[in-house]
Amino acid sequence: MNAIPIEYGLILAGILFMLGMVSVLIRRNIIFMLISVEIMLNAAGLAFIVAGSKWTQADGQIMFIFILTMAAAEVSVGLALILQIYHQLKTLDTDAANRMRG
Amino acid sequence: MNTDLLIFFISGGVAIVATILVITQYNMIHALLYLIVSFLALAVVFYVLGAPFAAALEVIVYAGAIVVLIIFVIMMLNLKKDAEEQERSWLTPGVWVGPGILCAILMIEILFVMLTGGFEGNATQAVGAPEVGRSLYGPYLIAVELSGLLLMAGTVGAYHLGRQRRKVIHRFLEMTDE
Repeated sequence: MNAIPIEYGLILAGILFMLGMVSVLIRRNIIFMLISVEIMLNAAGLAFIVAGSKWTQADGQIMFIFILTMAAAEVSVGLALILQIYHQLKTLDTDAANRMRG
Repeated sequence: MNTDLLIFFISGGVAIVATILVITQYNMIHALLYLIVSFLALAVVFYVLGAPFAAALEVIVYAGAIVVLIIFVIMMLNLKKDAEEQERSWLTPGVWVGPGILCAILMIEILFVMLTGGFEGNATQAVGAPEVGRSLYGPYLIAVELSGLLLMAGTVGAYHLGRQRRKVIHRFLEMTDE
């Protein structure tokens, strides 16, 4: 059916992961950091899909489904935390939340 | 060059460009719209790689549910016009040059390893939803139950954390105020 060399797929996953990592490092807005974590998780899922498609096994897609589940749970808890931080500190700046005491 | 490889390159390029636009936007809603474009392009990549079930899940769960959840929260926060100006003042070149160069060095290493390493073979055949489902409810049954537990913990955690504490003013104090 298709003849896509797996290193191309892995390179795409690496590029997307790097973009997400750069965004986590340079952003100060906490919502953008959460979006960047989503990008990185998605890139990891792409790597699993590529590996699963090389050996024609369903395991890669199953790992992608688990990553999806984890991302959904993570984003719900993260957004609840963001709401709490915004109500407490009245800003989305992560540098404002650098103390343990609220 | 066959058509699958062409589609892979086009949609992969769209995904990379859309992700770059996500991380350079100042307006949050615009960034989320570009994020949806990136997810849809990745769904095309999944389909070309022979994973149609994962492509459907990517569209439904990532581009549908997760992005809508983030949009809801942004609407609840009710950010004003000056949020964009604040974002513009936070993202100066002095902030992103250092991490960008370091991550680009790591990326070049990954590219070097991938292009010179001994990876052989291509993506061969499609693995449809029936195989995934049989494997999911066969050897991976415990992992499915654990992810159900994880989702329930996420729901409880989001409810517990997202609940707003009401400020309790004692009724005697209220009476003394008036």
